Amino acid sequence: MDPIIFLSAGVATGTVLLFATIGEIFAERSGVMNLGVEGMMLIGAMSAMTTVVRTGNPWLAVFVAMLAAGLLSQVHAIITIRFRADQVVSGLALNFAGIGLALVFGEGLSKAGAVALLPSFSFPLLSQIPILGPILFTKQSVMVYLGYVLIPLAWLFINRTRPGLHLRAIGEFPAAADALGINVVRLRHFYVFVGGMLAGLAGATISLAVSPGWFSELTTSGQGWIAIGLVIFAQWDPVRAAVGAYTFGALRRLILDIQGPTSILGLRNPFYYLPYWGFFLEMLPYLFTVFVLVVGSREALRKRLGAPTALGVPYVRGERGL
Amino acid sequence: MTSLESKPRRGPWKMPFEIHLEPRMDQPRWLGWVVTLGAVFLAFFIGAIVLKLGGGQPLRAYGFMVRAAFGNSGVLSDTIVKATPLILVGLACTLAFSMKLWNIGAEGQFFLGAFGASAVVLTPLLPPETSPWLMIPAMMIAGMLAGALWGFIPGFLKARFNVNEIISTLMLNYVAVNWNNFFIFAVWTEGGFQMSPKFPLTAWLPRLTDYAKQFPELRGLTTHLGLVFGLVAAGIVWWILFRSKWGYEIRLVGDNPRAARYAGINIARNTVLVMMLSGGLAGLAGMSEISGVVHRLQGAISPGYGFSGIIVAWLAKLNPIAVIPVAILFGALIQAGREIQPSGVPKMIQGIVLVCLIASDLLLRYRVRVVRRPRGA
Repeated sequence: MDPIIFLSAGVATGTVLLFATIGEIFAERSGVMNLGVEGMMLIGAMSAMTTVVRTGNPWLAVFVAMLAAGLLSQVHAIITIRFRADQVVSGLALNFAGIGLALVFGEGLSKAGAVALLPSFSFPLLSQIPILGPILFTKQSVMVYLGYVLIPLAWLFINRTRPGLHLRAIGEFPAAADALGINVVRLRHFYVFVGGMLAGLAGATISLAVSPGWFSELTTSGQGWIAIGLVIFAQWDPVRAAVGAYTFGALRRLILDIQGPTSILGLRNPFYYLPYWGFFLEMLPYLFTVFVLVVGSREALRKRLGAPTALGVPYVRGERGL
Repeated sequence: MTSLESKPRRGPWKMPFEIHLEPRMDQPRWLGWVVTLGAVFLAFFIGAIVLKLGGGQPLRAYGFMVRAAFGNSGVLSDTIVKATPLILVGLACTLAFSMKLWNIGAEGQFFLGAFGASAVVLTPLLPPETSPWLMIPAMMIAGMLAGALWGFIPGFLKARFNVNEIISTLMLNYVAVNWNNFFIFAVWTEGGFQMSPKFPLTAWLPRLTDYAKQFPELRGLTTHLGLVFGLVAAGIVWWILFRSKWGYEIRLVGDNPRAARYAGINIARNTVLVMMLSGGLAGLAGMSEISGVVHRLQGAISPGYGFSGIIVAWLAKLNPIAVIPVAILFGALIQAGREIQPSGVPKMIQGIVLVCLIASDLLLRYRVRVVRRPRGA
């Protein structure tokens, strides 16, 4: 098990979580919690596969995946923003509907065989950097590079631009934002859509780059939920989200890779000789999510940091929502 | 990003009507059920459109589903078998949701309940020749305890560290599946197969078909004693929620946590207790499934009962008695869905039902009025 190969694969795996987590950060910063990430990711993965099977064009597939998941997110947006329903229940509903639709329309996709994938390439110059070059910039999918670009852009957008200020305003104090002439309802719709598109991008990244193919519900295997956990750990900050996402990506790879070799560091590899212990390894990402939540929640309590103030509260002009 | 102006856009044309939402002070009793039924019909209608788009024949598919679920006493009995765990899991969710505790880990608690019940038989804690009068209650207790433990963890983390229970319960689902798999593959495997040996007959819940000697018309009917567990549990949960002081506390915390805190209700303690009882009910569902239907521990014991339970509880408007008919409807969906292509249809319909239900809630909370837009506005 070469650590460079393992870490480089971990970064690729983490990119999926990165897109989904940053997408959810946008939605939650605007005051709308969308628990349907898993469903939207699955819709994204399914539409990407379907498109690429029909047309052979992976770029078109990414576009369709983002659009499909974005449209699905608008169901949640309408129900929670316009109809003012409970965001938790609506998000769960979206999740079920998304998974169900993806399973129905994805019927038979698993037999699609090899399809055109998104290109991978090594970055000139940057790949020559010792250690970091081979991990971050060698033979990575184009999606991984897109992830690197997205982290600072998302951070700058939220913290250093005027639209980002509006985004934070409608999530923290929508009544004040409204008084300033910011259209709270429309902007919340928009950021839920952004979250949906990024979840769709995450789904397409799975099926067209990281672990190509369609494996019904196992395609995402709970990563959408891990992303929602990471948002809390990240305290709604894209840079912290990146740390969490890449750590989780590496962990997921480790679990896969550690069961391969017969010996590790010269010792007999217990996970090779006793393969059933792998089930305990499989638990780790999920247990680790719970652990990360405990840490994140304690830190939030101590520093009095936390969720956007208006998270989960529908905005009604003239009513005291908070 | 430049199109995101903060000014409201002034379009050249506006709808001549505006939709106003006026909060309802009270709602007529019948309205809730009418709106719910309407939402279910709408969901099946949307499902039909989706099936049509997918190249299917929705009316034939639905007709087939009704026959496959209610067509004769045999399939009706099978439908009730599918409804049995849904009743228990639906009750588990009803209890937790009444306190606005989002336990979406009923699936994992169901798996752990199956594990606990199996441990009694397979470890074996009790020898196979034990009387069923001892074996069955022991399995019930073990199943409920294991489920309650699986509910305790997120409940405790919520009460102590304010950990979001939605995510922790969901993560524990995946842990539970792997936990069971370890025992199925490595410990209790039967000759390397992915299943445990069959339970001795003393660990089987009695089924209707067991009485076919006295009553020949019961031959082949698989409905088992678990149904009685579900019915009794529905009565008990109803009594807890609507007739006991504890239930009043639970509902008060759910409706208005701040008022509950001022009233001196110990929210942390109730969180842990409700999660444990909720987990225990889901665990009992797992025990009833393993002892009444599968008769062994294996991987595929649930077509997502834990998740359907969420929808059942919501469709029943968190009323434990209403959980029973709703569970039978969903049991029918699962039963019929086994024979329908594509296989995702029941899941999709369940999801659309929930989406429509939540959207329709608007009609209960608000009076929707269409008013003419004043000139010049």
